[in-house]
Amino acid sequence: MSRSRQWIVLSLFLIIVGSLILAYKVVRLGYPPLPDMESEAWSIQARVELEPRSGPVRAFLVLPSRPTGFTVSEENFISRQFGLTLDEDTFWRQADWAVRRLNAPTTLYYRATVFRDTREKSFAPRPQYPQVPELEEPFATALNEIITEVRAESADIESFAAAVMARMTGRENDENTKLFLSTVESSLDRVRLVQTLLAGARIPTLQLHGVFLDVEQQAAAIRTLLAVHNGEDWLVFDPFTGDEGLPDNFFIWWTGDGEMSAAQGASISEAAITTRRQIKSALELATERTRLRDSTIGEISILDLPLQTQSVYEVLLLIPFGILVIVILRNFVGLSSFGTFAPVLIALAFRETELLKGILLFILIVGLGLGFRFYLERLRLLLVPRLAAVVTIVVLLMTTISIISNKMGMETGLSVSLFPMIIISLVIERMSIVWEERGAGTALKEGAGSLLMASLAYVVMGIDVLSYWVTVFPEVNFIALGIVVAMGRYTGFRVTELFRFSEINAGSG
Amino acid sequence: MLGYYQTLKKTGVLGLNARNGDYILMHNQRKFYPLVDDKVLCKRCLQERGLAVPDLIGVVNSMRGASHLEEALGGNTEFVIKPAHGSGGDGIQVITDRKTEYFVDSDGKLVEYADLKHHVTNVIGGMYSLGGQPDVAMIESLVHFDPAFASLTYHGVPDIRVIVYKGYPVMAMTRLPTRRSHGKANLHQGAIGVGIDLGTGLTVGGVSGNSPVSIHPDTGEEIQGFEIPHWQQILTMASQCYEAVQLGYLGVDIVLDRDLGPLILELNARPGLNIQIANRTGLKSRLKQIENLETLHDETDERIAWSCEAFGA
Repeated sequence: MSRSRQWIVLSLFLIIVGSLILAYKVVRLGYPPLPDMESEAWSIQARVELEPRSGPVRAFLVLPSRPTGFTVSEENFISRQFGLTLDEDTFWRQADWAVRRLNAPTTLYYRATVFRDTREKSFAPRPQYPQVPELEEPFATALNEIITEVRAESADIESFAAAVMARMTGRENDENTKLFLSTVESSLDRVRLVQTLLAGARIPTLQLHGVFLDVEQQAAAIRTLLAVHNGEDWLVFDPFTGDEGLPDNFFIWWTGDGEMSAAQGASISEAAITTRRQIKSALELATERTRLRDSTIGEISILDLPLQTQSVYEVLLLIPFGILVIVILRNFVGLSSFGTFAPVLIALAFRETELLKGILLFILIVGLGLGFRFYLERLRLLLVPRLAAVVTIVVLLMTTISIISNKMGMETGLSVSLFPMIIISLVIERMSIVWEERGAGTALKEGAGSLLMASLAYVVMGIDVLSYWVTVFPEVNFIALGIVVAMGRYTGFRVTELFRFSEINAGSG
Repeated sequence: MLGYYQTLKKTGVLGLNARNGDYILMHNQRKFYPLVDDKVLCKRCLQERGLAVPDLIGVVNSMRGASHLEEALGGNTEFVIKPAHGSGGDGIQVITDRKTEYFVDSDGKLVEYADLKHHVTNVIGGMYSLGGQPDVAMIESLVHFDPAFASLTYHGVPDIRVIVYKGYPVMAMTRLPTRRSHGKANLHQGAIGVGIDLGTGLTVGGVSGNSPVSIHPDTGEEIQGFEIPHWQQILTMASQCYEAVQLGYLGVDIVLDRDLGPLILELNARPGLNIQIANRTGLKSRLKQIENLETLHDETDERIAWSCEAFGA
């Protein structure tokens, strides 16, 4: 590729890479694109009350392990005098509390924070095919007939399961279904019945127990859904309605036929789940989520640095945007200033003084400095000592302004110390030369140009969203770099040139 | 505004970004810059090629040298002090006479010896050089301008700027000093820029700042239609500078001396764009014509003939 076109590729590459990382962080890791955004989290708590009987006591509580659509974090336990061990494998986690002797009724707690997670993850492994259940008559015949009928009406496992569940809602008035439904006493029986029928066709099923995280509940109702494996994926059904799909806000606590809690040597007088809504800063959640996920892109973050360093980088990462403003003003608009990037440094000082006061202080120092500089000119000092004298005078001026403003009770005067004194001294030197060589008009014009550029850079660097973005999404600097590279090959006219060359236009047109 | 942009583009005007990006960066190799940016080196390089330049009287390159300025001047009573790395005409001190205690500058003002020494130390200290680098002060002989220009100049020496692209003269103008420019021939210091027809060497009309003028403000003479003496020789010298310094896009500044004829004053690797306003035409369309040539001419004469044909009125 010719060198003259490479810049387009480089510029686009930088802009695209920057945008992709940004998009990944916003969409996949859930970093909030705007500051102060809040995001919903739930704190969940399981409470197990134990009534001691005799001897050593063990209590078991199934813990959420891989809830699809959510991430669990900040887990903690209140175990009283019990010893706690956690049994876990990939798809199963259980708290195992044990104590040798328990005299009074005791309550054990498990608490965790739960928030949304968009990652695809399965709540259970690929299952074995179940054996066809051996039933007594007349159930065996009825099962066969139902399976034959439903199979005739359905195309695949998905529609088969849906049809079975639709039958169990009892709307169809058919003898075989009624026979089975007559044995159902609880809602869990109903789920087991559907499982039995599907097992008749050798379709694997799995109970999903959990709570709906939509309203806060003191004693949340534990709901059971049924997962059906179609050979590739788990499909989730509501066994009572036959509706397919895992509801958005259904939090899967545990899977399988077992109970949530069990105890030996004691009876469980109450086991309940409490859910409470929590509003957390979206950024905090995203950071937490990234940490749990071991994301490499997320790992490279300024937010992990010590706070003090973070604030330094926040300013440093803003500078490219200030410079971008200067590049646009110089190469696109066509303004000129004293010192190429001096306006950016002056703009940084304005961050501490606020714009209007900053401009006044700047004019004050440069004005007084210029006065001294004109006097020094008459002394015929050599260049370097003269520059040194100007720097010294600038420092003294800054000190004097601070002291006077402090005496007068004005805070702003104190921040004058943040002005880049070397830069200001060079501005004074350049300005006095231009003043003598090209007249006061040009000098004042260029001085005003510098101030205007500094002010615009200040305004851009002061945009809240931008300073938030550079800290949370430092990759936006790739985008800035891409734009700067593209500006470097902008060979069109500058805005000021449209006026400068207007005579030629008038002459030809 | 956008329509305005389009008109300017159609006129073939060269903008600053295009000059820098498409011509200076593309055709001027950085290694040849010192030849142009250092006026002492440049003068020697041109002399080796047999091109006429104002004589070098001396070079002052140390503070000690500055305090013995008298020696460097060598008894000359008329001379010009220039920073070797100066730009835009800054830091040039023109002395036309000496009266025992005082020097006389081009405005007729008296200058003390101490003032002159201070000026030289400023130059050496880098006050006028890019980035404040230490510099040397060059003292060269004063050019006595051709009286042909007397009606069109106020003090100082008018010069002729020729833009040379790959050895082809592309556009030319003469810069007339005024009272406002203190006898200096730089447009931003107030001199008048006057376009020159390449084919005939006749002036076509002037510009002061960015606005057109038809009469010299100090002499009251008509600016248009003046014939530049030694025109063919000027074009030849400008064109030969391309071979001397090998810069594809070059500004050549030439002065006419009463006795010595055309002298090359200095070369510029980043010549300004006001020449377009002085000529009321764009550079870009002319540069494009040269780029469209299938083969470039090897001989200076052929190039000049081609340019006069292509760009003459």
